[in-house]
Amino acid sequence: MRRAVSRRGPRHADERLSETRLQLAEFLLLSDSPEESARQTVGWLTSHTRARHALCTALDASGTRLVGLAAAGFRSFDPASFVVDMDQSRHGLVIALNRTQPTIVRVSAREPIGGLRLAPGHYGLFPLHGLYLDEDMRAGVLLIGPALPSVVREGRWVASLLGPRLIRLIAFRAADDARRRFERERTLLQKVIDAAPDPILLTDTEGRMVVANSTAEELLASKERESEGRARAIALNNMLFSAALSWTAMTDGEPVRRELLLADPREGSDLLFELMSGPVDDPQHGAGVVSILRNVTDLRRATEEIEENYRKLRSASAEIRADRDRMNLLIDSVADPILVTDPGGAIVEMNAPAERLFTAPPGREGDVAGSIPSNDAHFSSFVSNLLSGDDPRYSGFVGLVDPESGAALPFDATAAKVLSENGELIGVVTTLHDRTASLEKERLYEELKRASDELEAKVHAATAELVRQNELLRRQHIQLEQASSLKSQFLANMSHEFRTPLNAIQGYTSMLLEGVMGPVTFPQKDSLQRVESNAKHLTLIVDDILDISRIEAGKLPLYMTDCQVPDLVAEVIAELDPIIARSKLKVTTEIDVGAVFLRSDRQKVRQIVLNLLGNALKFTREGSILVSAQYRPESDEISIAVRDTGIGIAPEDREKVFEDFQQVDSSPTREYGGTGLGLAICRRLASMLGGRMALVSSLGEGSTFTLELPRQGPPAA
Amino acid sequence: MSGSSEEPKRILMVDDFHDNREMYAAYLRFSGFSVDEAVTGTEAIEKALATPPNLIVMDLSLPGMDGWEATRRLKADPKTKHIPIVVVSGHALEGSVRAAKVAGCDAFLRKPCLPQALLAEVRKLLS
Repeated sequence: MRRAVSRRGPRHADERLSETRLQLAEFLLLSDSPEESARQTVGWLTSHTRARHALCTALDASGTRLVGLAAAGFRSFDPASFVVDMDQSRHGLVIALNRTQPTIVRVSAREPIGGLRLAPGHYGLFPLHGLYLDEDMRAGVLLIGPALPSVVREGRWVASLLGPRLIRLIAFRAADDARRRFERERTLLQKVIDAAPDPILLTDTEGRMVVANSTAEELLASKERESEGRARAIALNNMLFSAALSWTAMTDGEPVRRELLLADPREGSDLLFELMSGPVDDPQHGAGVVSILRNVTDLRRATEEIEENYRKLRSASAEIRADRDRMNLLIDSVADPILVTDPGGAIVEMNAPAERLFTAPPGREGDVAGSIPSNDAHFSSFVSNLLSGDDPRYSGFVGLVDPESGAALPFDATAAKVLSENGELIGVVTTLHDRTASLEKERLYEELKRASDELEAKVHAATAELVRQNELLRRQHIQLEQASSLKSQFLANMSHEFRTPLNAIQGYTSMLLEGVMGPVTFPQKDSLQRVESNAKHLTLIVDDILDISRIEAGKLPLYMTDCQVPDLVAEVIAELDPIIARSKLKVTTEIDVGAVFLRSDRQKVRQIVLNLLGNALKFTREGSILVSAQYRPESDEISIAVRDTGIGIAPEDREKVFEDFQQVDSSPTREYGGTGLGLAICRRLASMLGGRMALVSSLGEGSTFTLELPRQGPPAA
Repeated sequence: MSGSSEEPKRILMVDDFHDNREMYAAYLRFSGFSVDEAVTGTEAIEKALATPPNLIVMDLSLPGMDGWEATRRLKADPKTKHIPIVVVSGHALEGSVRAAKVAGCDAFLRKPCLPQALLAEVRKLLS
């Protein structure tokens, strides 16, 4: 193409040149690449002018170097390798750049320019200038050779065209780079603030959000198609945030911190923030506020937890202290010495009783100097027994000395290992138990046992003796019973033997008195009557003796019936009526037993009452006799009493009257008849019936004999 | 038995103690009875069988066969069981009295017993 153009005739050459000029100018106007523009320019110069070499250089972005943009007409030359530092102020290109007019330089054979070995000759250096933002800017230098006048002319033209284009293109490229850089930085900044976990935002004076990181947007920026709850949470957050900011605005622009409670729009939970806001004054965009919200929810929770833990710790430590105090009191109150030693055997703790053994009392350190080390040595030796073995416990005897008195103290000791959770030995607890008391107790026990044994032997002996005595007594009892039985038999026999002659005496006497043997004189009759009277008396005595012997021989059986006491009393009075009639006495009765029956042997009760009333009649000259009967519910007893106004009985004789053959007057010439056995029999009979006889009397005023009987008979034997 | 108004009633008086036997016999004869006497139980049974009396007065303590045994035998014998027996004894204990009644006696009188009292009992039993 170039050849075709160059072979055209001179007539057409100007036309062609003008045409290629237009094409180049058009290209340069449309191109947005400095390199392409430079390449077209140098290509056009070497193709359409007489220039054989062309190199376009330009200032790089830093403005410190001239670098090659494009070259034409050089053999194997890379324009990118062409570099000239602007520091080389005497370099032809640098000089040319700073001029406004082209420079013609002559290149000798041995002078390369900027690493380019040029062919010797004249070269034109055309500065590339242009206005940018009303300022004359330098873009670079165009080197063209050989500097023929036509070439210089075309060079001027093309430099005037290329210079402003390059300036423009380079400026655009720089602006574009700056914009890209700005965009990149902005994106980076956004990424940086997005990466911050804390919401960060910039608000304008009206509180509108200008810049916000993603966390802030989550909290405060409402998006389309938001759930209702979330939208409400965001609206609320905005309200709270605005209120906090307006409060901040009142603090005169100083950066402030305050707490702000917002809602988490996603979870609805409360989030506590520390709001730090500060004013930003941007002259281009007006004032605003930058806010950083620091999420202190977890921090607050952690703080509270720490406080709670601290409080717990304090109370726990107080408890532990109290426990320890209590434990110390407890351990001190134990009478037995307790010691804690470390694994090395050194005493680390002891209770009060132990201190008495192992520490000198104040003021007496000198006195007890001997016993304390001795106790320590004994104790250590004891504990080492445990430490040298594998057993968790070791018990034994330890002989210590009382530091105060110097007395020997025998101790039973038990040492036990204290192990940590890992089974590591952390100490030894030793308790000592004073055996003095127990030894004393043992001794006392032995003594007691000996005494007890002796006592037991004595008891055995005594028991044996008792058994012997019992046997003796039993034999004696049998003998006595036999004797008693013999006596009773004897009395019974005697009674019989008495009766037989008495029978004859009384019989014959009565026959004589009746006159069976013929008439009797008055004196004879008188004598016979005395015989008769004495015989009768003797008979009474024999009867009474028989009664007693029968009672004592147990040969008087009881015939229990239900008796009516009033009938029984009336019957007795009726029996004695002849005697009562002969006396001058008034006999009255006072029966108060209601409808109660007396369960007893009627015949024997009758015999007792008969005897009592007979006695009363016998010993009472004048006055009255009262027979009374009473039922006493409280004791369930019936009493029958005979009260007379007779001679009475002296206190010392009151017991005697119930004895055998006793009358108060026992002289042979006694005034009152009777055998003296009546009351003795009454008492025996009363006893048989489960009752008793009682006597109340005063001498000269009369007596009251009372028979007391259980209403329901004698208790069953 | 005929002529009872003329023939005196016969009583067998049994007692080993001579004075008592004689005394009662004397008084009963004095009172119009015919009295035979026996000293022992055996004798009493023999006489009662030989000549049955109208009534027997029996003492209890007798040599040989005693009064209880004699009474039992007399009351067991059809020939003599109808004869009333009055026991007159110095034995006063209940056992003795009861034994006599068990043996079959018709009355029991305890010594000392006046001849008049015996006579009254005899008359009562024979009436």
